[in-house]
Parts: sequence; structure tokens; C-alpha cells
Amino acid sequence: MTAVEHTWFMFGRHVRSLARQPVWIVILLIQPFFWLVLYSQLFRRITDLPGFETSSYIEFLTPGIVVMTAFFTGAWNGMSMVNDLDRGIIERFLAIPARRSSLVLSHVAQCSLNAVIQGLIVLCLGYLMGARVREGLLGWLVILVAAALVAACFSGISNGIALFTRREETMIAVSNFIALPLLFFSSALIARDLMPDWMRTAARLNPVEWGVVSARETVQPDTDWGTIGLYFVLLVATVAATSAFATWSFRAYRRTL
Amino acid sequence: MDAIVVEGLEKTYPKGIRALDGVSFRVREGEVFGLLGPNGAGKSTTVRVLATLTAPDAGSATVAGHDVFREPDAVRGVIGYVAQQSGHDREATGRENLALQGHVHGLRGAPLRRRVDELLDRLGIADAGDRIVRTYSGGMRRRLDIGLGLVHEPSVLFLDEPTTGLDPEARASMWDELERLAREESLTVLLTTHYLEEADQLADRLAIVSQGKVVVEGTPEGLKRQLRGDAVTIELADGRAEDAEAAIRALRGVHEASVEDQLLRARVENGGTAVPGILSALEGRGIGVTSVTMSRPSLDDVYLHVTGRDFRTEDQASADE
Repeated sequence: MTAVEHTWFMFGRHVRSLARQPVWIVILLIQPFFWLVLYSQLFRRITDLPGFETSSYIEFLTPGIVVMTAFFTGAWNGMSMVNDLDRGIIERFLAIPARRSSLVLSHVAQCSLNAVIQGLIVLCLGYLMGARVREGLLGWLVILVAAALVAACFSGISNGIALFTRREETMIAVSNFIALPLLFFSSALIARDLMPDWMRTAARLNPVEWGVVSARETVQPDTDWGTIGLYFVLLVATVAATSAFATWSFRAYRRTL
Repeated sequence: MDAIVVEGLEKTYPKGIRALDGVSFRVREGEVFGLLGPNGAGKSTTVRVLATLTAPDAGSATVAGHDVFREPDAVRGVIGYVAQQSGHDREATGRENLALQGHVHGLRGAPLRRRVDELLDRLGIADAGDRIVRTYSGGMRRRLDIGLGLVHEPSVLFLDEPTTGLDPEARASMWDELERLAREESLTVLLTTHYLEEADQLADRLAIVSQGKVVVEGTPEGLKRQLRGDAVTIELADGRAEDAEAAIRALRGVHEASVEDQLLRARVENGGTAVPGILSALEGRGIGVTSVTMSRPSLDDVYLHVTGRDFRTEDQASADE
């Protein structure tokens, strides 16, 4: 119970700080904006290839971009932990009866909120460009939940790495190292049927792909709710595991104090 | 009862740096106790151990009757910890910073609001309470840090280098502030500092720490007294230094005397009563005096005396590392 309360208070701190600098949301949107606009123009005719269940690439791409943005937001979330470490904020919280888990979970929750805000903006942009979500409002909700879960998943990993490395440079290197492969081992930009077999197999183990598939189901005909349910359960379990990893990483940090 | 009991703390950091080499001391309830030493002596590590942030390799410690290693949460509830590096959130207001700290300590609603107002007031930052901390001056930020350590009315406050980085004026006003707070909040304070003047000014008792060990412990006055008295320096008008030295050596209350050119230096039991005697002895022999200065021994002298090393040189050397 205390952990939930503490998470709520710490989460409040992050939200206030974001609300005072909403420019961050915009900065984080520049990249997905370019993906959405340029990529969709460049590969407009890609849906002529077999394997795409929709005939509009923008429709195919929009849920993928939402989840991809959430993934990047998550993978970079450790930077705010590094910031808190640098400024002695974490040290201060460790000397008061604050639950360790609340220090991690508040960052994770903040990251999910970011992903939902960005997801909404991307969805609106996609809508203007002609992407329609077949399942309507429920579909939008599924896409945003997928984004929140993927962001939370990687936020946990990223925060754990932050506590181990405590340095921005190392964080950047590690994030880049994991981000690109995970993106390409997913169907965020390309239909799964166009991937070679071995990549397709590898993609099945990729949490980014779980999010992309769940989100995309809602724009395609014959939405498979079973798949969405299964992947959501897997994502929730992964969020729990990565957050537990980050909480455990405080041990490593405390040894350096 | 002793508010803090520390016995034989040892700690070696992963890279083989020996930070603590058997630190032991006791702090009585209600006193301001100073840990004085140059940079790198192990003061901050000691405080971090006592604030439950890190575990030592050996030794034991209790704070306000709670074992630091077995009951860390009980300790966290009754201590305030103000780190050397400020721990406030720059993007929040002073009031928000204090409120969050209070929330985690279990304070809610009206009592929390009252406490926050009271602290902002006492720390002299009431007008800035609703401003983003980024806009605060260095002295204001430091005050806020101290406020964060006091929200839950702790019985023991740890202050790690409270005035490092402040300009002399802000430092002096911070000293007044700290003296007043310690009294008003009936606190036991453990203060670390590498400023000799600061320990002298604030601490009821102090321990000098050097290379991971407590080398001497006592009141500032007592430690200085061990140096056997005040220093008297007399500038002679017309030489005859040997005569002058012989004359004052014979006086009671003079421990040592030495001459160097026209300067006669002596250590005396009590400067105030010894100087008239010295002057009349010199006058009786017709030795002219240009000036007399008297100084109380400083903690610099104490440090040099107990460690055989000059404080400032050592402090600078560790800071440069």
C-alpha cells in the first residue's frame, strides 16, 4: 500500500515537471513525424506487395509508428533516472522511508503517460493522412494500451541500466545498441510475411513486436482479439519483470555510495 | 543517552580505496558534533553509513537507539540527511519539494501544509516558496536542502559539508541559521566540514578525522588548550633578542619561547594575564617593544599537532586528486 502511495507522489513530481516543459513531447515527436510522413510517401506503393492485409500503407504504418515511438521513449527513459542520480535526488530519497519500487515505478508510469500522449498525437496525424482504425474508439484504446505497455517494458530495462552505469554516455551507447535491432526484428514498418523465416521467428520473442501486432490487429479486417489478449498478458508480465530488475539494481547503485 | 554510537566502522570501495579504517565516536543527545577533516578523510562515507545509504565492511552503529543495519527504516524515520550534493528537484517549487518529502514521511493535509509554511518561514525563503528552485540563489538552495532534512521533525540531523560552495557572506548567515535551528528544533546534529572555522564556530564537540580514522576528539576549546596556551608574538625595537628571550623564559606561565630576527615568539598559559608581565619584564631590562600580538591557538594548530601534517596543504592535495 505504501509503495502505491509513494509511487503516486513521485509520479506527481514527474508529471508536474513534464507539464512545465511540454516541449519535450514535441521533441520526442519529431522523429515519428518524419517516419510517418516521409516513410509513408516513400513506400506508398509497398502495399502492392503480397503480405499486406490493408491496401493503405499509412493505415498499416500508423499503429506501428505509435508503438515504435513508445519503444524509443521507453528505451531512453533511463536518462531521467541518470538526471535524478546526478542531482542527488535519488540519494535523498534513499535516506527517507521511500519504497525503492516507487522510485522505479513512478518513472515507468511517467514513461507510459508520455507514450500515450505521443500515441494520441500520432494517431490524430495518421487520421488526417487517411488512416482509419476499424475497431473505432476501442481500437484507439487498444493501440494506446499497447504503446503504454511497450514503453513501460523498456523503461524498466532502461532505468535498471541507468542505475548500473550512472552515466549518460553509457546510456546512449546501450540504448542505441538495443534499439535498432529490436526495431528491425519487428513488423513496425514492414509486413511480417515479407520477413525471412529466421527473422520472423526471432520477432516472436520481441516485446516491440507484441505491441506492434496487437496495435495493428485493430486496423486490419478480422481483428483477432485472442492474439491481442495473449500479447497484452505477455507485455504485462515483461513490465513486471523489467521493473523488478530496475528495483533490484538499486543494490548495485548503493554499493557505489 | 548517546544519540549516535559508532564503533569500528571499516569500508573499502571496490577499487581498493580504504575510506574508513576503524572510525569510532559517540555523539550525545542535543549536541552539535563536528567531524572535521580534509577532503577524502572519510567524513562523507561515515555519514552515508549512518544515514543507511551504504553498508560498511565491518563495525556497528546506532542512531537514536536504532541499529543502522538491522532497522534501517526506523533510522530513516528519525533522521534528516542533507547531502553534500544538494538533492532538491530544480524543476519544482520549494513548496512542492518540501511537500513531497513530507508525503513520503507520512505527513498529510493541514499538518503538512503548516509544517511546510513554518519551514519556509524559518529558513527565510517564504517569499520564494512558490518559485521554481532553478531561480534560487546558491544560499537559498542550500536552505531548502536543510528544510528537506527537517520536514518530519527528526531528532538527529546529518549535515554533510553544509556550507561548501557558498560565498563567505552566505556561509556566515548559514552558521547563524544552523545554530538557531539546532536549538529551536532540539536537534542532535552531526556535521562534517573541512572548514576549521566552521567546526570551531558550530560544534560543541568535534572529532578530527584523517585517513579513515578519528585521530582526536574533544571540545574545540579543550583541543586548543592541549596545545598549552596562547601564542604571543613580540616585535622588538632594537635587537637584544637573546636577552629578551632569557628574560621571559624566567617568567611563570610561559611554556616556550624562541627568537627569530626581531621576533620573539612565546606560548603562554593565558595570554591576557601573561602579556603585562612580559612587557614589564622587558621594560625592566630596557628592551624596547614595537608591537605585541596575541592569538588563541586555532584548529589548524591542533591538526598540525595531532597529525604532523598541515591541514590546508593536505586538504588541497586531496581536492586535486
